[in-house]
Order: sequence, then structure tokens, then C-alpha cells
Amino acid sequence: MDKEKERQLKKGSAEIRLETLKMLKWRGYGHLGGAMSIVELLSVLYNDILRYKPEVPAWEDRDYVVLSKGHSGPSLYAALALHGFFDKELLYTLNEGGTSLPSHPDRLRTPGVDATTGSLGQGTSVAAGIGMALRKEGRSGQKVYLIVGDGELNEGQCWEAFQFLAHHKLHEVIVIIDYNKRQLDGKLTDIITPFDFHKKMESFGFRVFDADGREESSIDEALKAAGQVTDSAVCVLLDTVKAQGVPYYIEREDSHAPKFDAKAKEELDKTIQALEQYVAEGGR
Amino acid sequence: MWKRAEQTGSTEMRGVFVETLQEMMDQNKKVVALEADLGGASGFSKIQKSHPDQFLNVGIAEANMVGIAAGMSMRGFVPFIHTFAPFAVRRACDQIFLEGAYAGNTINIYGSDPGVCVAQNGGTHTTFEDMAIMRAIPTVEVYDPADGVQLRWLIHSLEHKKGVHYIRAARKGMPDIYAEGSTFESGKANVLREGKDVLLVAAGLGLKLALDAADQLAEEGVEAAVLDMFTVAPFDVETFRQQAAGKKLIVTVENHSVTNGLGSAAADILAEDGSGIRLRKVGIENRFGQVGSQDFLMKEYGLTVEHVYQIVKTNL
Repeated sequence: MDKEKERQLKKGSAEIRLETLKMLKWRGYGHLGGAMSIVELLSVLYNDILRYKPEVPAWEDRDYVVLSKGHSGPSLYAALALHGFFDKELLYTLNEGGTSLPSHPDRLRTPGVDATTGSLGQGTSVAAGIGMALRKEGRSGQKVYLIVGDGELNEGQCWEAFQFLAHHKLHEVIVIIDYNKRQLDGKLTDIITPFDFHKKMESFGFRVFDADGREESSIDEALKAAGQVTDSAVCVLLDTVKAQGVPYYIEREDSHAPKFDAKAKEELDKTIQALEQYVAEGGR
Repeated sequence: MWKRAEQTGSTEMRGVFVETLQEMMDQNKKVVALEADLGGASGFSKIQKSHPDQFLNVGIAEANMVGIAAGMSMRGFVPFIHTFAPFAVRRACDQIFLEGAYAGNTINIYGSDPGVCVAQNGGTHTTFEDMAIMRAIPTVEVYDPADGVQLRWLIHSLEHKKGVHYIRAARKGMPDIYAEGSTFESGKANVLREGKDVLLVAAGLGLKLALDAADQLAEEGVEAAVLDMFTVAPFDVETFRQQAAGKKLIVTVENHSVTNGLGSAAADILAEDGSGIRLRKVGIENRFGQVGSQDFLMKEYGLTVEHVYQIVKTNL
């Protein structure tokens, strides 16, 4: 990837991270950890991969994004606002009564949200259904980007859906695993050990592409390679860090959905200021 | 308009389901059937042969099937999914709730062999609580069709209808109630018989029991009206109120638990109206299912003409 492209994608990530943190800090609490670990992914998707028309969210030729780990809604909302689906001011209604930005994505409320998710695991089957519909319609090239959490893979339904994807070689769906090593109550290895996701997915019949989920160029390369596969189900395994890009929360055990105390707000402000400066300088 | 069947016979419900879907599929390529490895039981394997591009067997994965149906409906497909009623409703309940109703997707669910229709599959495969669960989910329509004619009309009526529609129906034969070609109105109960003394409200398997009990009562001068409440949710409050007015007793008959099914829906209305009319529910009383022939189970759980008759006689 050329330097200029990489700079744009990194700036895009900084903008999504910045808007998400400002929104969460304003709210005083929220699903920070998992929202942060997909920021670079969202930047790559919305800046370089997806076909979409913000003025026509239901455009029938669009690529779909199914955020099965629905608690990461805030960073998806930031990405949608930054890419023209709605005004950024709306971000400051997150979780308010009557808002169109509920804590978990709702396709009936938010422009640009393709699937209603939140009960973990269910987005995997919905993505499979959209992918199968696209195949039956003969729409080659149109994709469904399914984002699942590593903790979410505790849910048996994910593996039901993966069997289906693999059996049908449903390459219309690109499964993206956010392997950030933590779930709500702690480390995966302390709760339900995932063993080797790469081998697991391969043994389920997937072509698996590994990527550094903190590096836009790595994600971009993996997604583009995955998009070329036409003879098997495909998975992009993202090596990420929970609360990625927010130093104060990276090592903390309460990064999943913290309530911000004075110290946390002070630390968030430092990150926000650094991001503002980075964005103002154009990602240089 | 509907008419009563002139001859008594019976029609296999799964056959109606399969044939009707095949007819619809010939005309509408967006109609798809999904099965969770019970194609031999439902007859859906015939659809696999006749319309392979409009059929999916997802394997033994009911929750996944519901999600796939929801996703396909987002692209304008009209999914009809089948599994045994308990597995549809109990096993995939959260998926039906969330990816079906809450997310505004369209899923038509054929939950087969509800209640005592389960027969030889026994208690593990029995659902006496499916209507209770489904009618508590906002917007979900719950149907308990009584015969093949009503089922055929119902399936056709769903071709262009958005939302989650739950059809609980036997796989095997159900006695013919309506004449071929009858049409109905969704959400509108049918008054099959007028009568001033008692109102019998029934659906599905219960309807024939109610009709036969009404005949028996008539021989003794008791006039029973019979209402076919085939759309259990939304409940036809208007027709129910009209028919309940002035009656001495109301008896509901359902192939389901008496908790939160057809009888409870009727009881809610009577109580809220302050009508003071007595209501008795014929159905399954706080029990699990068990194995046995359908006839055995009907006797075991009090789903008989004699029981309906006795309930009327002792409470009138």
C-alpha cells in the first residue's frame, strides 16, 4: 500500500476513534473496549472496501455490514456519521430515550445499519441469509462483511452458521473475527479457551487470512485477498487488542463497558487531544 | 367467503403445505422453503426435488435456520421454514423474537405437530406452550388452522405479507370443516354456528370437538354457538364480544396448555370488560406431554367431545 493511501486510512481510523471516544465520554459510560478494537477495520471498510451510498442507505447494490458483536455499535455509528449517513451531532444522543442510536444496532432505527444485532451469535446466521440471497439473485461481487467477536464465538449458533457458509462455499460472506483476547468477564483463556482460531476455521472449511488488526494496510490486504476467493468460505482473522488505541484501558480489566470516573475522564481527554492533533495535522 | 364442507373426510396437512408452496414457487421465484433436516417428515423433500433452487436444508440447526430466513427476507425473499413446533418455538425463540419480529423481518414458520398431534414422538417433542410464547411477542401472528382448506388459503395469504407468522399445524390428516375454495379473513373469527346459551370458542384440532359437542348439546335443547378463532393472535376481539354477549357460559377448546393460549386470550377480554360471564377452558392443565397415539393423548388430556359436552353441562 502506498504511503498516501495508508495515511488516509490511518487518519480515517483516528477520526472514528476520536468521535467514538468523544461520544462515550459525553455519555459517561459505554462499550469502549470492543468498539475500539474494530476501529481500524471500520476505517478500511468504509474508506476502501465497501460499496455504499449514504444518501440511499438501502441501495440494493450495496455491500452489507453485519456487526454481530452488536455492543460495538458506538464505533460503527461514528463511522456511519463520518461517511455521511447522518449528522455527527446525532452521536450525542447515544442511548438517550427515543434516540435513533441505541446501544446495540437496529436496522429499523439507524440509516446505514444493515442488521439488528445484540443477542450474540445471531448476526452470523443473518449474514449467511443475506449472502445466500445474493447468490440466488446471481449478484457476483456483492459482499456481506460479518464482524464477530472472539468472545461471541462462545455461542454455538456461530458454528452452526459457519458450517452452513462452508458447506455452500458462500464466499459472498466474509467472516471477520475480532480476536481481541478479552470478553466481558476477562480473558478468553480464563473463561472459554478459544484454542487456535486459524486452525479451527480452516478445519471448518474456511480459507483463513491473518491480519494485524491494528494496521490498516494489513487489514486492507487481507480483506482484498479474501474478496478474491470464489471457491470456499472465507475468514479474516484480525489480531487486535481490546481498547486498542486507548492506553489507559488497554491493560485494565474493566475495558468492556466502563463507567468513567474523574481519573478515566482525564486519561480519555489525553487520548482525545492527541487524536485531535493527529487529525488536524492530516494524519502526518 | 367460506362454506362448510358437505362431506366428511380428512386432508393431510403437510401435503397441503407442500403442494401450496410448490404452486406459489411456480409463480414467484422469491418464495423459498427452509428445512432443518426434517424434509422426510414434513414432505419438504418433495420441494427439494421440484424446486431445488428455492429450497435449503440447513441441517439440524433451528436457530441458524431462523437467522438465515431473516437475512434472506432482507433481500425480498419470502421464507417458509419448517421444523417440529417445539423446536421452532422453544429452541429458536430468541432468534424468532430478535431477528424476526424485533428486526422487522419476514419469516413464515410451519411448526408441525403441536400439542397432542405429536403422538409417537412423545413428551420431548411435545409443545403445549407454543401459542403462549408466540402470542407474547409483539406483532407476531399466530395461526391454528383447522383443516386443509383453511391451511391452503392461509399459506397463499402470506405470500406478500410482511412479518413473523407462526402456523401450528398437524402433519397428518385433519377432519374437513370447510368446502374447497373457501376464503377467510386474517384476524377474523368465523361463526360456524349460532346459539343463544353457550359460546364455544375453538381453533385447530379443537374446532371439530366444539362442533360435535354443539350437535350433542342441541339434542338436549342447549343452543351452542361455535366460533373458529383460527387467528389466535391478533385475537378477534370484536367478533368474540359480539358472540359472548348474552351467553350464560363460554367454553374454549384448544390443543394447547390452558395457560396463556386461546382460553387465556378470551378470559382477558371477559375480565377486562367486566362481563361477569363464566368461562371454562378445555385444554392441557399444567402437564407435560407423553408418548401415545393421538387418540390416546386426546383422551388422556381431555380433548374429547364428551369432555367438552360435560364441561358445558356441569357449568351451565
